[in-house]
Amino acid sequence: MVEFALPADSRIVGGKTFKAQAGVTNMRIFKIYRFNPDSGENPRLDTFEVDMDGCGVKVLDALNKIKNEIDSTLTYRRSCREGICGSCAMNIDGVNTLACLKPIEDIKGVVKIYPLPHLPMVKDLVPDLTVPYAQYHSIEPWLQTSSAVPTDGERLQSEEERSRLDGLWECILCFCCQTSCPSYWWNGERFLGPAILLQAYRWIADSRDEAAGDRLDDLDDPFRLYRCHTIMNCTNTCPKDLNPGQAIGKIKAALFKRL
Amino acid sequence: MEMRSSLRRVQGLGSAKEGVGHWWAERLTSMALVPLVLWFMASAVFLVGANHAAFKAWVGSFGNGLMLVLFIIALFHHAQLGLQVVIEDYVHGETAKMALLIAVKFAFFFIGAGSVSAVLHLAFGN
Repeated sequence: MVEFALPADSRIVGGKTFKAQAGVTNMRIFKIYRFNPDSGENPRLDTFEVDMDGCGVKVLDALNKIKNEIDSTLTYRRSCREGICGSCAMNIDGVNTLACLKPIEDIKGVVKIYPLPHLPMVKDLVPDLTVPYAQYHSIEPWLQTSSAVPTDGERLQSEEERSRLDGLWECILCFCCQTSCPSYWWNGERFLGPAILLQAYRWIADSRDEAAGDRLDDLDDPFRLYRCHTIMNCTNTCPKDLNPGQAIGKIKAALFKRL
Repeated sequence: MEMRSSLRRVQGLGSAKEGVGHWWAERLTSMALVPLVLWFMASAVFLVGANHAAFKAWVGSFGNGLMLVLFIIALFHHAQLGLQVVIEDYVHGETAKMALLIAVKFAFFFIGAGSVSAVLHLAFGN
């Protein structure tokens, strides 16, 4: 059966509290998931009282402040700090999103931060993304052609054809949608998940690609594609406002058209 | 011990190259069930308080008998298609999954065939 409860060694226990210095007037409380595989201990939820004076407006700013000023062992991925690299995807206030785009003031009360759900853990807020990356590899996300290369070396696309990729090319593979999907939680190795299916459709929709038939053959599978039950958590959670649910619907429509 | 590459892990045994058929059958039966369920509910209301003879006369008309058989086939076919997906979603042990899938398919075929023969028995029997 699917495991509905966390295994005993993954259950979260109470954590440490890092008090703010006396005299802090503008304070917010952050509760952050901590896990260290080397300690042999269960994950815990640490409490940080953060002085918001001198702290930036996004959740990533607070994480950076905590790491710089309170606990340098706090581990999380971050890079671009402007929503284009997808590194800082995590579960904030119950929703998967990018810490660098999420304003702290949008969250009422305690700011709770967990890693992306239902993945093996590396440390603190860093999940193991090996399987999603392998799934991305498996859909062969590159232009495939069998016709001869045009003499000027460029495969042309009209503006209208190019516009069919809008809403698809913007995906930064942060996996917020992927890990918000209950179907992906239960069948993560066999179901490709919303992020990978959106990417798969990006190549099916590309007018220059000549492998759409083979791509659809590979997706026509009860698990790879049809584990999607249009729950739509993917579309609700996407920090780039994309619509993976619709992309999956278009793959299903393409498979139906060729029946 | 797990030494397969990550790519091999997610490739599994490859694509079944089948899935759209099941998906289409789910949609087709649910479309059919919209008018059939409305008809069935209206008929049930109409037949409230009817005795056996009245019910037998109702089933014995060609249109009602046909609609009832269509309703039974669409309903139980749709139910077993849906339950199959639920089992595949949540039951991961191969033996338990196979046993449940067989049990569900047999049970719904049995109930469906039983219902159709009951209709025929009522319409044509003594």
